[in-house]
Amino acid sequence: MSWLPKSRTARRRLLVLAAIAPVLVLAVGLTLWGLSDSISYFYTPSQAAAADPKPGQSIQLGGLVQPGSVVKHPDGRVDFTVADQQASAKVSFSGDLPDLFREGQGIVATGAFDEAGVFQAREVLAKHDENYMPKEVEEALKEQGEWRGDGAVAGYQKTGTR
Amino acid sequence: MIVELGAFALVLGLALSIAQAATLALARMRRSAALAGAGEGMALGAFLSLAVAFVALVWAFVVSDFSVANVAENSHTAKPLLYRIAGAWGSHEGSILLWCLALTGYGAAVAGLGRHLPADLKASALAVQGLLGAVFLAYTVFASNPFLRLDPGPVEGRSLNPLLQDPALALHPPFLYAGYVGLSVVFSFAVAALIEGRVDAAWARWVRPWTLAAWSLLTLGITLGAFWAYYELGWGGWWFWDPVENSSFMPWLVATALLHSAIVTEKRGALPGWTVFLALAAFSFSMLGAFLVRSGVLTSVHAFAVDPERGVLLLIILGIMAGGGFALFTWRAPSLTPGGVFAPISRESALVLNNILLAAATATVLLGTLFPLIREAATGEAISVGPPYFNLTFTPLMAILLLLLPVGPLLAWKRGDALGAAQRLWAAAGLALAVALAVFALSEPKKAFGAMGMGLGAWLIAGAVAELAERGRAFRVPAAETFRRLANLPRGAWGMTLAHIGLGVFVLGACYETGWKAESAQAVPIGGRIQVAGYELTLLDVHGVEGPNYEAERGRLEARKDGRLVCTPTPERRLYLPGGQTTTEVAICHEGPSHLYVVLGERRAAAGAPVWLVRAYWNPLALLIFLGPAIMALGGAVSLSDRRLRLGVGRKAEAPA
Repeated sequence: MSWLPKSRTARRRLLVLAAIAPVLVLAVGLTLWGLSDSISYFYTPSQAAAADPKPGQSIQLGGLVQPGSVVKHPDGRVDFTVADQQASAKVSFSGDLPDLFREGQGIVATGAFDEAGVFQAREVLAKHDENYMPKEVEEALKEQGEWRGDGAVAGYQKTGTR
Repeated sequence: MIVELGAFALVLGLALSIAQAATLALARMRRSAALAGAGEGMALGAFLSLAVAFVALVWAFVVSDFSVANVAENSHTAKPLLYRIAGAWGSHEGSILLWCLALTGYGAAVAGLGRHLPADLKASALAVQGLLGAVFLAYTVFASNPFLRLDPGPVEGRSLNPLLQDPALALHPPFLYAGYVGLSVVFSFAVAALIEGRVDAAWARWVRPWTLAAWSLLTLGITLGAFWAYYELGWGGWWFWDPVENSSFMPWLVATALLHSAIVTEKRGALPGWTVFLALAAFSFSMLGAFLVRSGVLTSVHAFAVDPERGVLLLIILGIMAGGGFALFTWRAPSLTPGGVFAPISRESALVLNNILLAAATATVLLGTLFPLIREAATGEAISVGPPYFNLTFTPLMAILLLLLPVGPLLAWKRGDALGAAQRLWAAAGLALAVALAVFALSEPKKAFGAMGMGLGAWLIAGAVAELAERGRAFRVPAAETFRRLANLPRGAWGMTLAHIGLGVFVLGACYETGWKAESAQAVPIGGRIQVAGYELTLLDVHGVEGPNYEAERGRLEARKDGRLVCTPTPERRLYLPGGQTTTEVAICHEGPSHLYVVLGERRAAAGAPVWLVRAYWNPLALLIFLGPAIMALGGAVSLSDRRLRLGVGRKAEAPA
């Protein structure tokens, strides 16, 4: 094979490159596909109203559980409303709620809006911490539309029905 | 008094670590054996100081000394003794102290066990280890001191998060940290090798046992964590591709790659630069993990004791240490002379391919873990990257790796015989195919990917056994001769076989559990029934139970299959009085290696009688998921006991391999 480089080092480099190239192509291809396909956006109810995600599109919805909105059905379904300063969204969830799910508590639900505009949650995350979070901090976070900054309050507990 | 002693010992540890780094650097420059001896003494001293500090903290937790802020925030008098002790490493400060204890402990181990290391390499490596210790101890003393006092101290503590009050989780951090930090030794050796400008077979031989030890401990630590998530979080899963899980998994992947590339460097003197690169990367990923977990920059299920401000400090430490290591690498690596030529089909090539695939898999996990941060910084949109991404990227790369894995050990060094390897594996391949087809045909519902995964698991196990048979020349020589040959195999070979079998066992369990688990959730009154996967569970009664620091509702159920009584699971729902947090205690019935997993949910008031939300999962072969990694870790331990890899390996090692 005359087209192969003469020196042994160069040949080995070529060989290693030949092995790396397909793996690299595969990894990059899968990564791009994965990132375009299986990421989900995080919205507060007002952001969700603005972005208007298609029914069935998987997103994360974060906000406070509106006091008085929780209705627990005997068959295990739970309906509640998640709200931020400007808007609110109805959420329906079937399954056991996280141990720290309470009215007035911050939660993050993963799921999708259905045709009727009710958010069908597959999974509900509740902040699982007994520490009190100051209201200003909460509002500031909410104004930024971001909940991931609240690492200062210990963590999350998750439950789901996957 | 004891707390003050601990605080003093901590500062002493910092001083000794700084002195260790300085003394050994000087010893290396002057080639002074006396200075080197003094430096090694300091390494030992730093470890002893940290041991005193750690014991002092544990003592403060055991006697519930709430005048110590850390104890007041994380302990409670009503907590059982085990969890008071485990509380010592349940907080940010305590866990960093554990990290420092491990860091100085490994330094002392290198000083004590590395008697036969070349003096220059040892002095350089211990100087780097001392520097690492100094940086992390400085962080502990100035930013994360666990001995800070409260004045006046409260009468009662705030208690440890009840989710963490669990035997598996009490042990999970020590194992995990021993693994994470074990990689620091490898990092120090790599930096030392770059300073010395020499990476050869002997160097790889000294690095391998430390990698093996760290890898085995990390494997156990991650498995304990997964096991905890499985039975304590109470939602049936064991791996969620959560950022915190990923940050422990990435060092593991890199350490696995390093374990394999170090073999090539040891046996053949090839790939020195790549092996050094992996050695630097492994501990850098450990530090990245510490930063991600402790800073809480990523939303995680398992984020406990996070602190964003101090996270920045950890990021700076990561930047300086990893940045310094890699800068040194780019400067010095070109001078490393690669040795050992090999043909495209050879064991070297197989191990290179293993490394390429593991590196690609690590990169996809890293990207998926950090992508939410990158995206948010770039566009301001908050997103999350979930399990589908990882299933799509990580799984195919691993599938290719697993498919090729059994071939590697059957290829000879330098120039292998692909056809010969194929001939030796046809039985294993046939068995794997049969398993895949049988699973596909017999299990409901039909799942092609799941069946292929089962075939892969069988392929790994059968391939490892075939390799063993080949070494023992089974069926070609009398059985007694085969046994004699197998008995005389080096422990390292047995270790490899065990690790590969363990991986196969894990793949079997993971694929079957993921593919064919069943679950059902229902609101059940007393006497009510719930069905899952052919099992019928009847809720017999629910009564109150009082624990040391919690009150619980304990359900008693009866599980029957075809009328036969299988077991009587007793799941609990606990309310921890300090803090008012509820947790679920899962009940697991072992049906062979499969699990019937029952969770008692909250009480709901229906018309008339109360109902409980009961969730039941059928997790087939779930035991194998945790058994497999345990076998892998055992393989690591067996390999570590190989005479050739004894930590104090003799002068022979300096002879060319």
